[in-house]
Amino acid sequence: MSLVLHLPALQVVLPLISAPLAVLLRHGGVAFAVVTAAAWAAFACAIGLWLQVGQAEGGVISYHIGSWPPPWGIEYRVDRLASFVLLLVSGMAALVLPYSRASIEREIPRELHYLYYAMFGLCLTGLLGITITGDAFNIFVFLEISSLSTYVLIALGRDRRALAAAYRYLIMGSIGATFIVIGIGFLYLMTGTLNLVDMAERLRTIESSRPVLAALAFITVGVSLKLALFPLHQWLPNAYTYAPSAATAFLAATATKVSVYVLIRFWFSVFGESLVFHKLPLPQILLLLSLAAMFAASFTAIFQDNLKRLFAYSSVGQMGYITLGMSFDSVNGLDAAILHLFNHGITKAAIFLLIGGLVLGLAKPGAVLPTPTFDRLAGLAKRMPFTCFGIVLAGLSLIGVPGTAGFISKWYLILAAMEAGKFWIVGAILLSSLLAVVYVWRFVEVAYFKPAPEGSVRQEAPLSMLIPAWLLVIGTIWFGLDTSFTVGTATEAALQLVRVGK
Amino acid sequence: MKNDLVLRVVGKLLIPFILLFALYVQFHGDFGPGGGFQAGVILAAAMVFYALIFGVDTARRVMPDWLVETMLAAGVLIYAGVGLAGLLLGGNYLDYFVLDADPVHGQHRGIFWVEVGVATTVSGVMLKIFYLFASRGDADAGDGDGRRED
Amino acid sequence: MLEHFSHIVTVFLLVAGLFIVIARGNLIKKLVGLSILQTSVYLLYIAPGKLLGGTAPILAPQLSVYSNPLPHVLILTAIVVGVATLALGLALAVRIREAYDTIEEDEILALDHAADAREGS
Repeated sequence: MSLVLHLPALQVVLPLISAPLAVLLRHGGVAFAVVTAAAWAAFACAIGLWLQVGQAEGGVISYHIGSWPPPWGIEYRVDRLASFVLLLVSGMAALVLPYSRASIEREIPRELHYLYYAMFGLCLTGLLGITITGDAFNIFVFLEISSLSTYVLIALGRDRRALAAAYRYLIMGSIGATFIVIGIGFLYLMTGTLNLVDMAERLRTIESSRPVLAALAFITVGVSLKLALFPLHQWLPNAYTYAPSAATAFLAATATKVSVYVLIRFWFSVFGESLVFHKLPLPQILLLLSLAAMFAASFTAIFQDNLKRLFAYSSVGQMGYITLGMSFDSVNGLDAAILHLFNHGITKAAIFLLIGGLVLGLAKPGAVLPTPTFDRLAGLAKRMPFTCFGIVLAGLSLIGVPGTAGFISKWYLILAAMEAGKFWIVGAILLSSLLAVVYVWRFVEVAYFKPAPEGSVRQEAPLSMLIPAWLLVIGTIWFGLDTSFTVGTATEAALQLVRVGK
Repeated sequence: MKNDLVLRVVGKLLIPFILLFALYVQFHGDFGPGGGFQAGVILAAAMVFYALIFGVDTARRVMPDWLVETMLAAGVLIYAGVGLAGLLLGGNYLDYFVLDADPVHGQHRGIFWVEVGVATTVSGVMLKIFYLFASRGDADAGDGDGRRED
Repeated sequence: MLEHFSHIVTVFLLVAGLFIVIARGNLIKKLVGLSILQTSVYLLYIAPGKLLGGTAPILAPQLSVYSNPLPHVLILTAIVVGVATLALGLALAVRIREAYDTIEEDEILALDHAADAREGS
C-alpha cells in the first residue's frame, strides 16, 4: 500500500473526518487542533498532487472511488487547473485556521467554537471535493456541503444582520444549486452518463439539440449566482461584511474562485469551446457583464463607509476581471482568468485577515467589537502600523501596481485583449483600475493623514493573526516578482483545457 | 398530551414495532427497498412520536443531547472508516471488494457498515433538528426553556 | 400532450416554486417556494427513469424489466440536501424572528438600512 497513490481520496477525506471529530470532541481547543491538522494535511496532499500531475501520463491523475472504473463509478480527476485550485483552497485553509483561534475568541461565544471549526472543516471538504471530482452529480453534492456550511459560518457573525445576510445567501445559493442540478439532469437525460469526460465525448454527437442548450443555460446561470457575477452578486456584500473575519477571508479567497473553476470546467471540458463560444453569443454577454462588474461594483465600493463592505464590493469588481479573461476565448485570456483567480484570492484574503485584526485593535477591552467605519479609522497607521501597511500593500495589488501579483494578472489580461484586437478594453481595464486607486486611497487618507484621536495607544493585533496575514501580503509581492510558479501553472492549465476542449 | 390515556397506551404499544420496523428496513436494504437512510428516519420518527406524547424533557432523558450529537458525528466516521479500511487493505478508497477474502462477501460487509453509519447519522441529525426546534420555545413569551407539552 | 405529462408537471412546479421564492416577502413562504422548486428537480430525474411495468432494480430470475436505479440514488441524495437546506433555512428564520421580531423581508431590510445609516454617520 502506498499512500502516494491515494492522495486524491485523502485530499477530501482528511478534512471530512476532521469535521465530525470536532463535533465529537466538543472542545474548542481540541477541535481547533484536529481541523487545523487536517487542513495542513490537505495542503500537503495538494502539494503532492501538484507534483504528481506534472509526471502523470497525459497530465491527468484519475482515481477510481471504490475501484469502480469510470464511467460507472465516481472518478476523482486532477489535471493542472484542478491541482492549482486545490493548492489555493487548502493553502488558504491552512493559513486562515491558525488565524481563527485568536480571531473568533471575541466574535463567537466560546461554547460554539467547536461548531465553527466543524463547519470550517466541512466547508473545506466541499470546496476541495468540487475541485477534484470528475462526476457531475458529485459536484452538486460537494457544492451543497460547502454552501450549507458557508451559510452557518456567515450566520455565526455577531451582528444580527449576519442572520439576514446568511438567509439571503441561502435562498440565492439554493436557487443557484438547484439550477445547476437541473442542468446536470438535462445532461444526464441526454447522454445517460454523469462522468464529465464521458459526457463530453457523448455530447459531441448531439451538440446543438435543445436540451443541451437548456442545460448550458441552467448551469451557467446557476454557477454565475454562486460566483457573484454582476448583477447576481446581491448576496455577497452583506455576507462578507457580517461574517466572522476569518470566515470572510476564507470565503473571499476560495468560495467564488471554486465557482469560477466549475464554470471553466463545464464550459471548456464538458460543453466544449465550439458550442459555448462560437455558436452562442455567450462571450459578448460575459464581456458586457464583466465590464459592468468592473465599473459598477468598483464605483459602489468607493462610496462605502464600512471598510469590510468596501472590499466586498471590490471583490465583485475583481470577479469581473476573471470573467473578462474567460470571455476572450483564447489561451491568453483563460491564462489571465486563472492567474487572477489565484492572485486575487491571496490578495483579498490578506486584506480581510488584516481587517479582522484591525477590528480587534479598534475594540476597547471587554466591549463589543466595533464596525470598521471610516470615522473610526482616523490616524490608525500610528496605532497599528503593521496592519495598515499590510492593507496598503495588498491594496496596491488590487490596483495592479507593477511588482505586485495583481499587476501580473492584469498584464496578461491586457495582452489577451490586444491579441483579440479589442484595444478599447485595454482602456477599460486601466480606467477601472483607477477606481481601485480611489477606494484604496480612501483608506490611506484616513489611516495615514488624519490625526489620531487623543489618548490612543499603539495596539497591534495578536501575532497569531498578523503572521498568517503578512505571509499572504508577502505572497502578493512574491508572486508579483517571481511569476514562474503562477504563470507557469496557469499557462499549462489553460493550454490543457483548450487542447482537451477542442 | 401526557394525560391522554389513549395516546399513551397506543404510543407504548406502537413504538416497539416502529423500532422493529426500522431495523427491518435497515437490514432488508440488501434485498429490497430500504436502507440506512429510511431506517434512520423511521428510528428518529419513533423518538419524535415518543417526545410528542410524553414531552421533550422525558424524551431527552431517554436520548440525551450528548448521545444525539455523538450519533450524528459517529455515523460519518463509520462511513469514512469503511472507506479508509478499504484503503488500508490495499484497495482504493471505499473499495468493498478487499474487505473480505471473497469479494461478494466483501461487498456485503462494506455496504452493511456504510448503511449502519448512514442510519446512525440520519437518526442523529433528525433528532437534533427536532430537539433544537422543539426547545426553542415561544419567542413571544420570551421563556427559552421550551415547555411545549399540554 | 399526455406523453409529456411528467415534464409539464415538472415545469409547472419549477416556475411556481421560483415565483414564490421571488415574489413573496415572508421568509417562511420563501422556504416553501424553495422546497417546491427542489421538488421539481426530483421529478425531473425520477420520471424518465421509470419504466411502465418495471419493478425495483433487484436481480432475480423471474424479473427482467426494471426501472433505472441511478436517478433514485441521486435524488435520495438531493432530498437529503433539500431537508438540510430547509432545516437550516427554518433555523435561520427562527433566529431572525428572535433578533428582528419580524419575518417579513421588507421590514428586515428597513431595519437593516436604518442600522447602516446610523453607522455611516
